Amino acid sequence: MNASDHRSGRKSWASAFDIRLVIAALLAVFGVIILLMGLFGTSQADIDRAGGTNLNTWTGAGLLVAAAVFAVWARLRPVPVADDDANHDDVV
Amino acid sequence: MTVLADASLRLDAGFTDYALIAIYFIFVLGIGLMARYSVSDSLDFFLSGRSLPAWVTGLAFISANLGAIEIVGMSANGAQYGMPTMHYFWVGAVPAMLFLGVVMMPFYYGSKVRSVPEFMLKRFSAPAHLVNAITFAVAQVLIAGINLYLLATLINVLLGWPIPISVVAAAVVVLCYITLGGLSAAIYNEVLQFFVIVAALFPLTVVALQRVGGWDGLVSRVEQEASPAQTGAWPGTELAGFDSSVLSVIGIVFGLGFVLSFGYWTTNFVEVQRAMASKSMSAARRTPIIGAFPKMFIPFLVVIPGMIAAVLVPELAEYKRTESAEAGVDYNDALLLLIRDLVPNGMLGLAISGLLASFMAGMAANVSSFNTVFSYDIWQRYIVKDRQDSYYLLVGRVVTVVATVIAVGTAFIAASYANLMDYLQQLFSFFNAPLFATFILGMFWKRMTPTAGWVGLVSGTLAAVTVFVMSETGVVELPGQGTAFVAAGAAFAVDIVVSVAVTTVTAPKPARELVGLVYGLTPRDSFHDPRDEGQSWYQRPGLMAGITLVLVIALNIIFA
Repeated sequence: MNASDHRSGRKSWASAFDIRLVIAALLAVFGVIILLMGLFGTSQADIDRAGGTNLNTWTGAGLLVAAAVFAVWARLRPVPVADDDANHDDVV
Repeated sequence: MTVLADASLRLDAGFTDYALIAIYFIFVLGIGLMARYSVSDSLDFFLSGRSLPAWVTGLAFISANLGAIEIVGMSANGAQYGMPTMHYFWVGAVPAMLFLGVVMMPFYYGSKVRSVPEFMLKRFSAPAHLVNAITFAVAQVLIAGINLYLLATLINVLLGWPIPISVVAAAVVVLCYITLGGLSAAIYNEVLQFFVIVAALFPLTVVALQRVGGWDGLVSRVEQEASPAQTGAWPGTELAGFDSSVLSVIGIVFGLGFVLSFGYWTTNFVEVQRAMASKSMSAARRTPIIGAFPKMFIPFLVVIPGMIAAVLVPELAEYKRTESAEAGVDYNDALLLLIRDLVPNGMLGLAISGLLASFMAGMAANVSSFNTVFSYDIWQRYIVKDRQDSYYLLVGRVVTVVATVIAVGTAFIAASYANLMDYLQQLFSFFNAPLFATFILGMFWKRMTPTAGWVGLVSGTLAAVTVFVMSETGVVELPGQGTAFVAAGAAFAVDIVVSVAVTTVTAPKPARELVGLVYGLTPRDSFHDPRDEGQSWYQRPGLMAGITLVLVIALNIIFA
């Protein structure tokens, strides 16, 4: 089977779907919910269990930063809308 | 692996936690739906149209393996053996992954085969192909069942759902996204899962380390409560099961590091399929090399929490002291106990999502590689030939459903025979050692004949099974991981000897049929891919593999 030959002329579907944005979206939603839990829904007992750290606040904030990194990456180096031989190997 | 224990592990998941889990599942199914639009022929379905970038396939490469056995099993090993568990990553995975990327991938990707068995067909002949395709397919569908069962026990322990409902619910989710989006859906979900599991384990590890008094605190407590041998990776006598340090090092380097791990990482289609899905030669070669980076650091998020759990969680510390069932927990519970004791609601939802994700990915990887091998290598090759491509795409979807149904059946069998499950897993791991011997001979020795291909494979496998049966029935006594090391070593040696012997008395393939499949007969520029021109330094597979190797050696020295 000539595996990749027949598709060189095909429009890259990837332009419609960037996994980095999906990851950013999920991490952002998780981040917001967990951060809010950390600010309003974490009891002193919870904080004591984790040795004085409010895990929710830190994790939520960390998730939001990670989400931002993915969003910026996707923004700076978008998936090439390639329908030709412009196969940029450098990015997604 | 034994079944996770009782209700003392029940986590108090609240409304927020369930909401997070639900959101995660919406994303999982959403990815399946999105990937659906990319599937227009069988190559899209089975190999993602060979279109994916290297960082995606590289993360999927390790995520496919970051399932139940890795997360629960390696944190359990961490709790039991301490730092020597690192060998499963630094010695038992990274070198083999680099070898796959640097040496073997050009043949896999360059020959345009669609599966590992298909490489056997081109290099050798139909019997070798059939042996490989059938053992692989059977192993995968049974392992999918085992993974499904482990996933169901996790749901049962964490959330209290009955096992049968957990099995069916988990199977339906996996079925939905694979039938819709094929390998792309599996791979994209593996990438997502990777980040979710890291997001869950990283904060847990940091806080656990803080609780135990930092790295120094952990070292001093492990030295005090267990033994100083557990705070350094070498020589790992407890892990290898040999009393002598020298034998232990040899066992780990050759048994785990060479035979077992090279067999697994370089010939297992579950892994290699991820690299085959990438978009160019360079991307295919970089897939395992990129995967090796996170693979080096994952043990810090898996093994270290296990070690901490064994000193921080009272029940587990008691179990480690007494090794008696009265503690009510065992090593497999290490990570869950740590989560129970440290993690508040909110973060808990993230942790459960991560665990569910990783368990599900294991099964999805089995199913997506099974349907490729079954559809291409068995159905299309031997049963219904020469139909239109759309026919085989349909076959792939139907086979996914059938495989899932069989996996559900296997899961129920596993539920009643926990030991059977352990045996199966160990047995299947032996299929890889002779496979590696056959591959490496076949790739570098043009004289090796088609007959030698399948005879060597079968006798190597039988050698491993013989050692395994002798050890199980007590004919020979091998401690710890000794059985696995010796069985794999025997399989490897027998395969080589038999292959060489058979080659001397049978006829080789003509050289022109082996171009692109055998090292000496393949011109170097045939590995050149025009799509890879203008690469940056960090995209050169050889250089990256070198950097990775230096890093992993440094880790071994730092944590010796």
